[in-house]
Amino acid sequence: MAETTKAAAPAHTENSNKKWAIGFLTVVLAIYAINKFYIPTAPAQVKTFFNAWFSLTSMGEIMIYILMALGLNIVVGYAGLLDLGYVAFWALGGYVAGWLMSGQFDQWQINFFGNPPAGLPNGIHLNFLLVLVLGGVFTAIWGVIIGAPTLRLKSDYLALVTLGFGEIIPQIMVNGEDIGGFNLTNGTKGINPVDNIKLFGHEFGPFQLADKFLIYASLAGLMIFFSLRLRDGRLGRAWLAIREDELAASMMGVPLMRTKLASYAVGATAGGVGGVAFATLIGGVYAERFNFQVSIIILSMVVLGGMGNVWGVLVGATLLAWVNNTGLVQFGNIINSATGKNIDFPSFNFLIFGVLLILMMLYRREGFLPEARVRLIMHEEEFSDVAVVTDDIEVEGVHHHEHN
Amino acid sequence: MSTERKNSPVMLSVSDLTVAYGAITAVQNLNLEVRQGEIVTLIGSNGAGKSTTLRTISGLLRPKSGSITFEGEVISGKPGHEIVKAGICQSPEGRRIFPRMSVDENLELGAFLQKDQQLIKETREHVLDLFPRLRERIDQKAGTMSGGEQQMLAVGRAMMGQPKLLILDEPSMGLAPVLVDVIFETIEKIRESGTTILLVEQNALAALRIADYAYVLESGHLKLEGEAKKLADDPAIAAAYLGGH
Repeated sequence: MAETTKAAAPAHTENSNKKWAIGFLTVVLAIYAINKFYIPTAPAQVKTFFNAWFSLTSMGEIMIYILMALGLNIVVGYAGLLDLGYVAFWALGGYVAGWLMSGQFDQWQINFFGNPPAGLPNGIHLNFLLVLVLGGVFTAIWGVIIGAPTLRLKSDYLALVTLGFGEIIPQIMVNGEDIGGFNLTNGTKGINPVDNIKLFGHEFGPFQLADKFLIYASLAGLMIFFSLRLRDGRLGRAWLAIREDELAASMMGVPLMRTKLASYAVGATAGGVGGVAFATLIGGVYAERFNFQVSIIILSMVVLGGMGNVWGVLVGATLLAWVNNTGLVQFGNIINSATGKNIDFPSFNFLIFGVLLILMMLYRREGFLPEARVRLIMHEEEFSDVAVVTDDIEVEGVHHHEHN
Repeated sequence: MSTERKNSPVMLSVSDLTVAYGAITAVQNLNLEVRQGEIVTLIGSNGAGKSTTLRTISGLLRPKSGSITFEGEVISGKPGHEIVKAGICQSPEGRRIFPRMSVDENLELGAFLQKDQQLIKETREHVLDLFPRLRERIDQKAGTMSGGEQQMLAVGRAMMGQPKLLILDEPSMGLAPVLVDVIFETIEKIRESGTTILLVEQNALAALRIADYAYVLESGHLKLEGEAKKLADDPAIAAAYLGGH
């Protein structure tokens, strides 16, 4: 009997993975098709409705948040390391796009399959795909730099150091307009415009939003794929072991530092790629967007959705990102116009997230869609030694029905 | 005390080991050795330095002075995974199984550094034969099992690393007497199948019954060593060091 359930378990998760993957693909393609083929010819009211509730910019943003939340999920959900400064990686990725896809460094003129705006060839203009890779590599290196000295710390201290890192990087960006006379980040004014994406001769300008959405959705899809593959691999098992019990993991031969650093590097890479993507979505890099609240929102996505479960995090990221960028504003407008008041609902977002997190911790700690192993243990009865001892007695002839 | 022992090669040798937590010395000038095929037990009361010694052997602590040699190679100061790779696996104090993973996944992690799939399968069968209870619970989440079953899993998981030397830290802790017997019988079986064992116990009398050779620690010092049978049979020693009856 044990053998059959063992064989059934992985098949079951594989099935549900397949279902979720098809679901994700369907939703993405539906959003694309509706916006590409239906909206342009749709009646004005329909257009306004979609623009207000499901604008393509917000959909693209959701995809980028999915990508980043899954990246943080590797660190927090898989390896069990609390990271309160994830925004730093987002910021670093964003600035890589700002540096390599704009006229920021106008003292140079570099164009490598890039897409400088017409008539403005100054600055560094690299190809979008290359910048994605460079952004990921750059942040991965930073993940290791930050991780190497700090990952020896116990979890609470690690959280504090990451918190500090998440504050320092954006501060450097805010104040980086004059580093010994060198304008690195253009300070609070930020870097803009960031070049339009150009792939295989196609330019994706500010109005090709549907196509851009598809690019960001592909990035999110790739991250989903990597997350699932990593979890089932050797590295994923090592992460889970460390999350469950670091000392025991070490006794099994899991190299602690290397394995933890790997989770930091992978998580940081996703943050960096997300940063590059986001810079191209809004066409600029602005220091004040990279604040502590972003770290908390992304962490909330992971926790609310269900730490460790890819699909849970996907749902968490989608919900929170949408509520944050669209839902609150729209529901607020409805309530305001119905009651004749003028309440600034988006300003309550942290009150709402905070209350939501507290409620989740009180009533559903495992998240909306928890990882299977977490769900199982919460619903399985515990066996006592009494039962085991009576089992032993059973062998000697006395019969008991404690469990079976 | 007499030191007649099996005349087999020395596997693990701890020489002049001193380990300190900051200013507090937990183990001082400890010398001990484990020979191939033996069950060696390290006994002593709470706080005698047993766990500190084990943690140093398994690479979690660095010695202040002295060295640990395994099969002729110095292993003190190496990180934990290198020591597992060298062939020392440990079933830690308090079991420390992975509670949210199934029994099978726990065993699988025990074989983390093993590459040969066929050999892993054979070891798994061997472990499940040693502990039939684990076979019954193979898909159950380990955290939902009883203390005794978790202890079996902890030992089985360490076995999955195909150790040359298996270290068992307090395997009888918190178990019903019936289960203590089961565990100790299994330890003897493991030795018979060719694995050398270093057994650390507070339950000195039980440990001495199955061990070949014993070391008695008291507040960080080696107080006594000798053949386990002799130690167990000597009433004066039992009264002084083992809390014997």
